Amino acid sequence: MLLIACPYCGPRPELEFSHGGEAHIARPEAPADVGADDWGAYLYLRANARGLHAERWRHTHGCARFFNALRDTTTDKFLATYECGQPRPHLGEPS
Amino acid sequence: MSTRYRSASGGRIDRGRPVRFTFDGRPYIGCAGDTLASALIANGVWLTGRSFKYHRPRGVLSAGSDEPNALVAVRRDEARCTPNLRATQVELYDGLAAVSQNRYPSLAFDLGVANNLMARFIPAGFYYKTFMWPAKAWDRLYEPAIRRAAGLGDAPTAADPDHYANRFAHCEVLVIGAGPAGLAAAMAAAKGGERVILVDEQVEVGGSLLDEPADGGTTIDEISARDWISQSLARLAAYPRVTVITRATAFGYFAHNMIGVIERLTDHLAAPPAGAPRERLWQIRARDVVLATGAIERPLVFPDNDRPGVVLAGAARTYLNRYGALPGKRVVVATGCDSAYAAALDLHHAGVKIAAIADVRRVPAGPLIEAARRAGLPIRFGCMITGTTGRLRVTGARFLVITEDGRAGLGETVACDAVLMSGGYTPSVHLFSQSRGKLAWDPDLQTYLPGVSAENERSAGACAGRFDLAGVLRDGEAAGSASIGVEPSRTFSVHAMAANPRGVLGALTHDRGPRAKAFVDWQNDVTTNDLKLAVREGFQSIEHVKRYTTTGMATDQGKTSNLNALAVVASALGRPIPQVGLTTFRMPYTPVTFGVLAGLARGDLFEPVRTTPIHGWAVAHGAVFEDVGQWKRARYFPRGGEDMDAAVRRECLAVRAAAGIFDATTLGKIEVVGPDAAEFMNRMYINAWTKLGVGQCRYGVLCRDDGFVMDDGVVGRIAADRFHVTTTTGGAARVLSMMEDYLQTEWPDLDVWLTSTTEQWAVIAVQGPKAREILAGLVDGVDLSREALPHMSLTHGVVAGVPARLFRVSFTGELGFEINVPADRGAQVWEAVWAAGQAHGLTAYGTETMHVLRAEKGFIIVGQETDGTATPDDVGLGWAIGKTKRDFVGKRSLARPAMSDPARKQLVGLATVDPARILEEGAQIVAEPGGTTPLTVIGHVTSAYFSANWDRSIALAMVSGGRARMGETLYSPSSTGDVPVQVVSPVFYDQAGEGVHG
Amino acid sequence: MQRFSAFQLFKQGLAGQAGWKPQWRSPEPKASYDAVIIGGGGHGLGAAYYLAKQHGLRNIAVVEKGWLGGGNTGRNTTIIRSNYLFGESAALYDHAVKLWEGLSRELNYNVMFSQRGVLTLAHNVHDVQVLGRHIHANRANGVDNEWLTPEEAKAFCPPLNIAANIRYPVLGGALQRRGGTARHDAVAWGYARAADALGVDILENCEVIGIRRGVGGAVEAVETTRGLIQTRKIGVSAAGHTSVVLDLAGVRLPLESYPLQALVSEPVKPVFPCVVMSNTIHAYISQSDKGELVIGAGTDIYTSYTQRGGLHISQHTLEAICELFPAFRRLKMLRNWGGIVDLTPDRSPIVGKTPVRGLYVNCGWGTGGFKATPGAAHTFAWTIAKDEPHPINAPFTLERFREGRLIDEAAAAAVAH
Repeated sequence: MLLIACPYCGPRPELEFSHGGEAHIARPEAPADVGADDWGAYLYLRANARGLHAERWRHTHGCARFFNALRDTTTDKFLATYECGQPRPHLGEPS
Repeated sequence: MSTRYRSASGGRIDRGRPVRFTFDGRPYIGCAGDTLASALIANGVWLTGRSFKYHRPRGVLSAGSDEPNALVAVRRDEARCTPNLRATQVELYDGLAAVSQNRYPSLAFDLGVANNLMARFIPAGFYYKTFMWPAKAWDRLYEPAIRRAAGLGDAPTAADPDHYANRFAHCEVLVIGAGPAGLAAAMAAAKGGERVILVDEQVEVGGSLLDEPADGGTTIDEISARDWISQSLARLAAYPRVTVITRATAFGYFAHNMIGVIERLTDHLAAPPAGAPRERLWQIRARDVVLATGAIERPLVFPDNDRPGVVLAGAARTYLNRYGALPGKRVVVATGCDSAYAAALDLHHAGVKIAAIADVRRVPAGPLIEAARRAGLPIRFGCMITGTTGRLRVTGARFLVITEDGRAGLGETVACDAVLMSGGYTPSVHLFSQSRGKLAWDPDLQTYLPGVSAENERSAGACAGRFDLAGVLRDGEAAGSASIGVEPSRTFSVHAMAANPRGVLGALTHDRGPRAKAFVDWQNDVTTNDLKLAVREGFQSIEHVKRYTTTGMATDQGKTSNLNALAVVASALGRPIPQVGLTTFRMPYTPVTFGVLAGLARGDLFEPVRTTPIHGWAVAHGAVFEDVGQWKRARYFPRGGEDMDAAVRRECLAVRAAAGIFDATTLGKIEVVGPDAAEFMNRMYINAWTKLGVGQCRYGVLCRDDGFVMDDGVVGRIAADRFHVTTTTGGAARVLSMMEDYLQTEWPDLDVWLTSTTEQWAVIAVQGPKAREILAGLVDGVDLSREALPHMSLTHGVVAGVPARLFRVSFTGELGFEINVPADRGAQVWEAVWAAGQAHGLTAYGTETMHVLRAEKGFIIVGQETDGTATPDDVGLGWAIGKTKRDFVGKRSLARPAMSDPARKQLVGLATVDPARILEEGAQIVAEPGGTTPLTVIGHVTSAYFSANWDRSIALAMVSGGRARMGETLYSPSSTGDVPVQVVSPVFYDQAGEGVHG
Repeated sequence: MQRFSAFQLFKQGLAGQAGWKPQWRSPEPKASYDAVIIGGGGHGLGAAYYLAKQHGLRNIAVVEKGWLGGGNTGRNTTIIRSNYLFGESAALYDHAVKLWEGLSRELNYNVMFSQRGVLTLAHNVHDVQVLGRHIHANRANGVDNEWLTPEEAKAFCPPLNIAANIRYPVLGGALQRRGGTARHDAVAWGYARAADALGVDILENCEVIGIRRGVGGAVEAVETTRGLIQTRKIGVSAAGHTSVVLDLAGVRLPLESYPLQALVSEPVKPVFPCVVMSNTIHAYISQSDKGELVIGAGTDIYTSYTQRGGLHISQHTLEAICELFPAFRRLKMLRNWGGIVDLTPDRSPIVGKTPVRGLYVNCGWGTGGFKATPGAAHTFAWTIAKDEPHPINAPFTLERFREGRLIDEAAAAAVAH
């Protein structure tokens, strides 16, 4: 069971959270203007990164807020958690 | 019944407290403090089990959790029967009844031994090469025979009446293993004043120090090893935040420093207290972990090394010094390391004849060897043990002397009643490896040691490859100190006999020919020949060899065998061990009871049960319930022996003729509040909300962004900035979660709050032509007239003295009200309505009647008519879409060409040509009768009932291009032939929709 | 190929088992192949076998970054069934079941396919409806599936608790008698041995680190840790690592990789004669020929490549197992492991061409890939050989996500695979 640092509540066990998939996939502002390829990509295509992965979590059984996390999917170690709307931090990436 | 093999004195057993027990029905006597294994050894019993494949007779090999052979079932009663327990860990209690396993008819005479005679024809993996013909014979003939022969103990047949506990714990430092390293680490960590937990799988702390003789020469800080254990425990007890847990095995190392520990609580008691949990699962989250898990002794790999009476030397020393049990009267010691000499010396001092010490090394030296020599023990260097004699117990050991120039000398057999062996010790890196730390090969010690850590963890003592007692203690002190961020400060003064930590790996040389069986994995009967065969057949990865031969896959998971297997394979491949690799260490370290992992989640606690405030009334009125998600919902209210069909028929007629009362509390309810509430609703739901006036209701449909229907429900506008949203019973949490997702992450600019109010409101539906009359006398300050409160509107008022939100809505097609009152007043209002309704024929109805009534009206149920692949238009809800809205969740996806394909399935009604024939839900629909499989299916039945009001069967179905098929005759294949059906409107009753406006 | 038979075993037994040859060679990579399969699990080895056997391509390599069958082939609970809801799925999985039925003899390797029946339990009215739809749909598709009452279910699986007063009572079940289990490792080894005999080079410890594309973007070569290999056709069967491999060619996929755990009990004498699944309480269980109860859990909630999940996932599964089979509470978990499963949004696989010429993919099997092994491999080989879909895998294209023509088994049935 992972230990997840909610940016609002601090470290809490995974049981309190739900996972929200890949982060930073913004819903298009005007979906009607989006072509079939881009709409399909928005709905379905995912990076599925092996390594650093920006993802969304929700502290469902706590403060109920969504937030983002940067996690290494090869170790499950969290490098950072941050509020929604903030850009992905540059951590642990080869410079 | 004599305990002939009990030493004269010593050990940590209580000789004054005899304990009676039985093994395979024969009575024996042991002592308090014995394990089953030590008591059997003290009674001279070595035959304790049969091996998995060849059914070879086997005896105790070890003294701990690494035991592969001595597996027994312990039976307290019919239900409390536990198979596959290691006799080396079963604590003796008065009346203990143990039985051997995997033998027929008896342990001493086992017919399964025929496999042993056939062994040359059934090597590793033989089953992959045969049993292929004839085609059906595998399932019917070969496999059942193999299955009967395989398996070990018998699974219990009755439900386990015991219960199990679960505890979460947090600490700054968790120390695993309470041997000298762990005790030193815990004492060091305790100084920080923080929470320290020390766990050990044994009955008492001390680890390897418990194996020291009471009056032995080993001292720490000038006191005996045993006194040092007591002193250490006393020190730890002085720290209030230190917890010591024994009989507690750390079985799993999970992500982010969470350790799973099983504490055994009552299995050692003759009469466990009633209600006491049998075991407890600890899930401990630690800031720092110290692994002090020790090392496991390796057997020597030589022919016939599996005969009962062949035992690990260290284990023999444990049985002597800790349990006062003698492995034999005349003992041969075969070794490739120094530590076996300690066993030989202790046995010698206990009066056991040491017939020979055969040391495979040519010129070993050291204080232990010197001591043995001084004691006059017959030592042979460069001497291989090449076999044993005997049948159910060893009677002799065969030797081969390799001379200095490498030539083999003549073989010789020495009579004995036990063979002690040791190939050295393998550090227990299981938990370190589970933590995903990287192991590193140590060429000096010829073993894998902890390398790079993955978690905040330190290994100390023998598990880190340190075997000298002074070094082990220093290691513990250092690890414990580092865990609290201080420099080590304590020093230890140790007097102990030094032993060279190096041993031997792999198979010993022998002259017994190619068919001799030298076992590597005892329980699974894997020999050196099997491993070599796998290599010969091209299996080069150690993982392949493991799977092909099953080495290391028995209940001991290769604790004693893995490194030897690796060495044999490396030698066969002609590669150094580190190039062959290592099999993965997986949790659990030792097998873990299913029940303790399931814990308290059984019966009603398996999954919480949700009930409504009206549940008690429903129970009292004989309701039959169904599970919907976690909810218990009244399905129907049978009267006087009615079955479901009769009850539902009566309920259906009553609602349309007079009125019915229905508990709709389980519907999900979400309060959507804020200046932007209408805009939020516009973006979420397919409907338009801007023009919905305060006090009005609208049927809302929610799609996922892929355009498929996800949920539905009536939404009332309570105020300009407040919506009362209802959802399906099962969808409440999903819908709220989806709303929160969009609100928080896509549209944080919207000023809206979402609150689940499902549990806050009790919802009482009163439906039917008499509904208004029934409520008229109960409401206060509410005008129920059709003008003041028309269909799809809502108002506030007082019902039966309770403030309520009163909705004029209908899921039946009749005049209907849904009374929302605070949940804690729900029962009171229900009773009041019920009482008022008696004069009007008010009937309580359940979900089944609700389903029929709504189907008569062609109303869908999300999850029944829809299945996650239906668009709003597919189920006839295209009208609900707010056509002028720029966007809503799902809109863009609905514009994809596939979503308007004319062949899509659409909701229709089906009327069977035979009105009495009720279709089966899920039945398929075809256009032409009499087809052969695979049929060209054009649809399926989603709902099918007998409609008492229409006096015929009705059905809803999803049919390809269905709306263009009105009037067509289609067919539903069934076990009794194709059932003809006519495609009709899904609205069977009151097509004009007059009823709701009554 | 050295034939396997009882006679050979006997003969070799007399000769001390010394005459057995390697089941497959360990060749050095050639500079070029007509086709390269990435992924040495059952799907990849099977595709190579069928390419060689049925399409005449003999100059083929299978590259595997670790050891054969070390991925999901060796990490699943070996359940085989074809009772899927949609016609497209049923056709694909039943194609596999039919191949399973002859696979041991086809490969001359006993894969121990045991048709002991797969029973899916219903615990509430919704389950009854969903399973009813499955039964009807399967029968229309010629796939066997039948309804059992609770008493019939108990007779078929004696340890089952059918008491009416338990939290999730058994209201009945859907039984596919042709379903069952097979020996997972043997599937990989059997295909490897048979493919090798047809000339296929099996390259273990050979990780793909690049995919080179030439004129018009078509594939030209794979870069591996054992050197550069020229090829015009690449078939990817890399399960949980498919996204990583396809990324080398610049192709993004609708895939996410999740940990999936399974566990076995200590071996006990025969006590469980069939396979039982429950989607509502998330558990599936059978007993291996060795005697171990083989139990599958659900996925963890987050994506991961660690091949490790949380204890609470296994706990939840054992809660369900102990509830259905209360006599098993005293049995012990012997071994627990994790795999990486690649899930698509509609929980159906992707088998077919990619936007890159010469690059083919067979992925997205989620938790259900083992049962499809022969069928997926067989149709995938066709697609690679002919550069066009096989009629059975044609609906399972990558394009369906763009077009919205999903084959949504999960949403349709609320069935976890």
